[in-house]
This record gives sequence, structure tokens and C-alpha cells, in this order.
Amino acid sequence: MSELKLERADVMAKLMAVRGDALIIAGLGSPVWDVASSDHKPENFYLWGGMGCAVSMGLGCALAQPDRKVWVVTGDGEALMGVGSFATVASQRPANLAIIVLDNEHYGETGMQRTSTSHGTDLAAMATGAGIPTALAITDMAGVDGLAAALTSGPMPLVAVVKIAASKPNLVLPPRDGVYLKNRFRQAVLGATDAMHAG
Amino acid sequence: MADPWTVEAHRLFKKHGIKTVGYVPDAGLTDLINACDADNDIKAVVMTTEEEGIGLSSGAWLGGEKAAVLMQSSGVGNTVNAIASIVSSCQFPLFMIVPMRGQYGESNPWQIPMGQATAPVLRSLGVRVYEVDTEEDAVGAIENGLKMAFVSNAAVAVLIGQKLIGAKSFIADVAEEVTHV
Repeated sequence: MSELKLERADVMAKLMAVRGDALIIAGLGSPVWDVASSDHKPENFYLWGGMGCAVSMGLGCALAQPDRKVWVVTGDGEALMGVGSFATVASQRPANLAIIVLDNEHYGETGMQRTSTSHGTDLAAMATGAGIPTALAITDMAGVDGLAAALTSGPMPLVAVVKIAASKPNLVLPPRDGVYLKNRFRQAVLGATDAMHAG
Repeated sequence: MADPWTVEAHRLFKKHGIKTVGYVPDAGLTDLINACDADNDIKAVVMTTEEEGIGLSSGAWLGGEKAAVLMQSSGVGNTVNAIASIVSSCQFPLFMIVPMRGQYGESNPWQIPMGQATAPVLRSLGVRVYEVDTEEDAVGAIENGLKMAFVSNAAVAVLIGQKLIGAKSFIADVAEEVTHV
């Protein structure tokens, strides 16, 4: 097990500084609070459920919006549940999709039980094995700086697994109403008229 | 003679602006999957599990595009929480075509329980289920299901019966000779 030292809030601050107009899908659990506390805006879709679906949702969005970057920000438990999606992403090779896994090696919302990554499972290696061309394993702030550079101008798709401390996140809760979250995201991306009449 | 439902389904995908088609294969879907794969205006996405189709479809809608999801009836069991938690909570449109197993003339007993459960499970999740057994009904259900899904933010599944697609005779389809031990 690697030494866990990065703080999630510090990582998020570095990444959000280079966000630009990237769209964000936040995976169930602490990453939702992380994204809400670091850069709350309509271009964030917060998953309050559907564990294991953040990556496939990001893929669907990235394929629909090829000219915009799409970031999936999720945790190790959520990523493990939908880990087959690494293969699905690899087979599509979307050049605008980044998957950022904040890996604290624990299920944070259910009582801090250990995940498989605390027992040796290597999510970055799984991404590589799935065929993701750029898979980064990050354990220190220099690595986070490298990730920020990759998010700005590096090749995608990429998976970045950032090892972080199992400390408490800033509990900043975004709205929970799924219909509202969906419509505000679509309005921000498509404009008000297309968002409501594109059927 | 009218074109088979698979040809019509591809035509209807184009007519209704379906841009992404996520699938986990089934023998009954082969022609439709091949048509989508060969179509440069459709992103055909092979998935590792049917649950990904729910994320894919919802994510496409967030980005302003329509997606369809194809899977065998057994795969419906893999979509349950994603449909309930994401599609129902957010009222995402969802359009699925589901060829049936374990329903009519099935020769693999392991397919029968999920085949029997497919329609009730979908209905329990609030999905509108169209069960079809003829070419004509299949085409009508796909056309109307596409309309309802994307104009009315509904979740729709068209279940293609084994009466229409035939029950797989299993090993005899792929081997010259079958040996039982």
C-alpha cells in the first residue's frame, strides 16, 4: 500500500484551476461534494445514485459533445463498480474524455470500509490493461501538476488515479433534484430552447 | 414483402436522430448491430455490461444527443439500479430494444427464469414495455417508442418475442455435430 498524503481539496483546487469550459460528471459519493465545493456550476452533473455509471455517463456525454472536454471525477469504489467501462472507453477512444479517480482506498460514505485498492488493486494498471492509452498513477503534488498539464493539452482519453488521504471531504452538498440537475446542465450546454425542445 | 424489423429499426434510428447505439450483442440483434456499425453517422458502442447503456444513453442526452440501447433480455437484470436511480430520478429518456430469451421455445433452461422476469422487472421500474411478436408490431412499437422516449422523457423497452426472432436451437447452430455426454 502506498503512503497516502495528498489532500482531496488541494488536488481539486489544482485541477479546477485548469478546468476552462470542461463539462464534469461527478460520481456518487465524496467526489460530488468535492466538485460542488471547488467549482459549483450548471456544467456539473452530480450523480446522487447510480453507482458504477459515472464513466459510461461521461462517455455518452463526450461522444455527444466532441468539441468540449468532459471530465469524470469519481472515487475508487465507484470506479471499481463500473470498471468494465474502461474497456468501453478504450474501444471508442474519445479525444475529449478524462477520467479522474480520487483514490482514498476506502468507501467514504458508508463508514470508511477498505476498497480493493487498499489490498493491492491498481486502477491505473486496470485502465492500461483495458486499452486506455494514457493512464497516470499519481501520488504527489508534482504528479498533480503533471495531470493539470495533461488535462490542458495532453492526449485523451486518459485515466488518472490520484492517491489521496482518507480524510473527511468538505461537505458541500449540491441540489439533489435530478430533473433540475439534468435540465440546468442541458441549458448550459445547449441553450434554453434546445434544452427543452430538442426531442 | 416489407423489410425485416431490423432494417426498419435502423431506418427509424436515422429518422429520429439516434446518434449513439450502445449494445451488448444478441443473435437476434446481429443485423441491426451490423447496420449501426456500418453507419458513419451512428456511434456504435460495444459495452461490457448492459448497465453501461443506461449511463451512456443518459450522458448522451446531457450532451444533446439521442441514444438507443440494445441488449438481450438476460441483460435487463444488469440495468435495474441504473434505471431506477438515474433514469427515474432524473426523468431521462431511455429507449431499449430487447430480444427475448427464455420465453417461447427456449432450449436453454438457464434462460427461462430471467426471460419470465424481464417484463415485470422493467414495469416495476416504471419502464413502458411493448411486447411484440410480429414484424409489423415490432416496427410500430419502435417508431412509437422512439417518439415517446425522446418527446415525453419516457423510458421505453420494446421486447422482441421469440415467436418473431425464433428460439435459438443452441449448439446445433454453431457445430456440425453435437455430442452429448
